[in-house]
Amino acid sequence: MNLGQRFYLREVVAGVALTAGHFFRNMGKHIAHALGRKDARGAVTIQYPEERRPYSPRLRTLHRLVRREDGSPRCVACMMCETVCPARCIYIVATEHPNPEIEKMPERFDIDLGKCVFCGYCVEACPEDAIRMDTGILEFSSYSRLGMIYTKETLLALEPATADGKPTSPVPIPATRTV
Amino acid sequence: MIADLGIVFGRVLFVMMFMLNLGGILTWVERKQSAIMQDRIGANRASIRIPLIGVRLRILGLLHPLADAIKMLTKEDFMPARADRFLFSLAPFVSVFFALTAFASIPFGDTLRVGDRVIPLQAVTLNVGVLYVFAMLSLGVYGVMMAGWASANNFALLGGQRSAALMISAEIAIGASIMGVVMVYGSLDLQDIVRGQGHPLFPQIFGEWIPAWGIVTQPLAFLLFLTAGIAATKRIPFDMPEGESEIIGYFVEYSGMKFGMFAMADFLETVVIAGMTTALFLGGWQVPYLQPDGFHFPWGAVATLPQVLVALLQVGAFVVKVCVMIFVMMLVRWTLPRFRYDQAMRLGWLGLFPLSILNIVLTGIALLLAGGPA
Repeated sequence: MNLGQRFYLREVVAGVALTAGHFFRNMGKHIAHALGRKDARGAVTIQYPEERRPYSPRLRTLHRLVRREDGSPRCVACMMCETVCPARCIYIVATEHPNPEIEKMPERFDIDLGKCVFCGYCVEACPEDAIRMDTGILEFSSYSRLGMIYTKETLLALEPATADGKPTSPVPIPATRTV
Repeated sequence: MIADLGIVFGRVLFVMMFMLNLGGILTWVERKQSAIMQDRIGANRASIRIPLIGVRLRILGLLHPLADAIKMLTKEDFMPARADRFLFSLAPFVSVFFALTAFASIPFGDTLRVGDRVIPLQAVTLNVGVLYVFAMLSLGVYGVMMAGWASANNFALLGGQRSAALMISAEIAIGASIMGVVMVYGSLDLQDIVRGQGHPLFPQIFGEWIPAWGIVTQPLAFLLFLTAGIAATKRIPFDMPEGESEIIGYFVEYSGMKFGMFAMADFLETVVIAGMTTALFLGGWQVPYLQPDGFHFPWGAVATLPQVLVALLQVGAFVVKVCVMIFVMMLVRWTLPRFRYDQAMRLGWLGLFPLSILNIVLTGIALLLAGGPA
């Protein structure tokens, strides 16, 4: 430190000038915003949940099960995702598909989101492209563990997000949620 | 008789309301000002739903102090099993009481003439007003020490001890830096000191242009007083008694409104220090060139004003100056990092104290050369 810095007062004045500069600049922008200049922003705050920043299209969000044209799941219950899942949060019960050309379909397909680590391995492992994590939905929470278990019907009803990551489906409420 | 009583009551009520409202609003000011300084928005979510219309009223987050108060009042009031029950409960009241009473002798205006009555615009007219304010400010630290002692907690005790040590090193510098002002204006009465600041400075040289405000006649004392005053409020950068962000301070065992009262006392002390700085260095209620009968501009123009308007202008000027001082103190609080304990001690004893003694000597020499107090 040189003498001026050791004296401290000069540095205090410099610091206060910096923060005061921020204050008056931001205050001017706030006032301009209040007076109708809507492009003037005095803060970098994004006022979640009213405002959201766009999510990346690569973001791994809530899973959805892809449907065939007749509405049945594209999933063939091959158990690949259940096997690869490091958190062991996928539970599949297989059954016969009515169409003899398709071997199987899931009777139950439950994901326990309380355990899921959002690694995306299930999406990569799927040979049928039947599970995707592109709904853009992140706000699922529950007061109970049961409320975090999402069933096949819930996951089938979901739609992919738009290009800037906005969810198109409402946040689903799983059948198991009681509270 | 009744009218006299009413006038006294009114004066005290004005100061009380000024202090309490400002103290409450300061929690909002602190949040909002720091937010704007840091490119944020600040607390704005507390709201009241107006019935029937269903509109949520937020008014810039001004409801947050209210929400805080409700939260504090409904919290569990915990007391450690081995605490001194009486002192533990008394301590926050002592802190707030002395912070509130300290403002009493600071004048917020000149005199108001109603009929044949002359009302001094000051809660208490004291001819030792300066000493009174510092007596009250020093007594405030007893609440803090009491809290540290009565909590039956070693961390709280250490916090109280740090607070006492800081107080002593700050108070000495405050008292010594004030002496220069007292010498220049030749009085311990705050009203006299403020009146003295209405005179022009060196009329032979500058004419009537520069009023003899304390910041002009005593610039060094102003800096020393402001530094020591901020230390006396126990806020950052001198907040090692409480260290709200990580180290444990004297109110570690307090919860609910008792804790809120300690926080409140800090804000009230900020108002007191801002009021003192205004009265001693920024001309108190003085408006530049405003005499009791109107404006007398140095270029010869005269604008006569009714007496009530002059009094209103003076009170307004005082309030504005106090608010500006609070703004500056908040700026400092949100800019500087905390001093280490030994750094604060060194600053107090080896920086502020010798400099304020030097200021007294220089002021004495200057007064001798100029020939007596202003």
